Amino acid sequence: MNWLDWLNTFFTDPAHRSGPDSILNRVLEHLAFSAEALALAVLLAVPLGLLIGYTGRGLFLVTALTGVARALPTLGLVTLAVLLAGVGDTAVLLPLTALAAPPLLVAAAEGVRGTDPDVRDAARGIGLTHPQTLFQVCVPSALPTLLAGARTAAVQVIATATVAAYVGLGGLGRYVIDGLATRDFPTTVGGALLVVLLAVAVQLLFALLIRSASPRAARTVHTDEPAGSPALSKDSI
Amino acid sequence: MLDGEPLVRWHWLGDHLGYLAGLTGDHAVIALVPVLIGLLLAVPLGLACTRFPRLYQPLAAVFNVVYALPSLAVFVVLIPYTGLATRETVMVPLTCYALAVLLPTTVDGLRAVPEPVRQAATAMGYGPWHRLAAVELPAAVPYLIAGLRVAAVSSISLAAVGALVGRGGLGYLFVDGFQRTFPTPILAGIVLVALLALVCDLLLVAARRLLAPWAAEVAR
Repeated sequence: MNWLDWLNTFFTDPAHRSGPDSILNRVLEHLAFSAEALALAVLLAVPLGLLIGYTGRGLFLVTALTGVARALPTLGLVTLAVLLAGVGDTAVLLPLTALAAPPLLVAAAEGVRGTDPDVRDAARGIGLTHPQTLFQVCVPSALPTLLAGARTAAVQVIATATVAAYVGLGGLGRYVIDGLATRDFPTTVGGALLVVLLAVAVQLLFALLIRSASPRAARTVHTDEPAGSPALSKDSI
Repeated sequence: MLDGEPLVRWHWLGDHLGYLAGLTGDHAVIALVPVLIGLLLAVPLGLACTRFPRLYQPLAAVFNVVYALPSLAVFVVLIPYTGLATRETVMVPLTCYALAVLLPTTVDGLRAVPEPVRQAATAMGYGPWHRLAAVELPAAVPYLIAGLRVAAVSSISLAAVGALVGRGGLGYLFVDGFQRTFPTPILAGIVLVALLALVCDLLLVAARRLLAPWAAEVAR
């Protein structure tokens, strides 16, 4: 048995063509659950991040939270959440949201703080109120940074959702975990490959979004630095 | 649901100190050896990238994608080559993740030497290798350590996922606790992983103070 045989077995299995264990259904489950966790994290973290970035207060909180979030093991959080709250998607949603929030918080705060102070002064000078300055000047200029944070968060959520199949969550992780449990390598490897493809597709989508959110003049600058590892925010240098 | 099981059974922790220490040691090896290998690869690769700047863009793009690949999926894809429940299955991907973090920081660090400083070194008679060892690498140290902090902490937390493919150090506590509906080992695992990460981070900060005392303020 080699790789190609395994993938052939995986993709031609009738159970993977239709029904609850079909590839389409698993992909949709994975995407729906990830989107839910990401949306919840955006709702919680972005307003707070914008406020912190605009006022410059509580930046230490942002640094501390990212450090802690990076050190916490996802598998531990997920298993603990299920033991405490019972098997179910809501129990898993909590740790997923908690892990997606820090990169969004950092990105929102750093993005707003990165607005040219002269531009901010000018906005205040022509009579914009603080909320107007924040939403009409700082938020648009923070958008590329914010989207980069959302990309990190999205990739993190997709990876953690795969791990969370271990505690019963649906999605592509089911193939990986169930295949491992029964030593069914075609299923495991096929599922893993689909997860990788999904992660790459989401990255590409965000790359396009970031590009279209960047001002034309800045595009060359942005495409010039694909290097910056997404995890390496300013607090760590 | 816990059905009256307490969150922490302290006597279990007391009875299993040696066991927990063993898992922590295993975890440290699985998580940190890849970071060291990543560093050993990142320095020559980073040098190559500063000498041949065209190399950097494609390499950085590749590692950017690699960094975003979900760890469990990569472990699984490697099983046919490295075997189930072996250290290599977990350590090879962790090395790639570490390299993905360390390559950009190495290149940034090597580029951080101002051109006049470089020219001054040359004017003082430093050859390329002497200049590298005496000027460029020391200047890159704060950057390298910043990268190492991120790489080490993420590697420590990612290694636990390896428990799902049979080799995850402290991650085994999560699998074990979940299967037995026993939260004590899970909590112990979370705390020990976070502590290991914290200790590594503090050691790296201390190393920076020692190796690059001038950078203490720059780096925050």
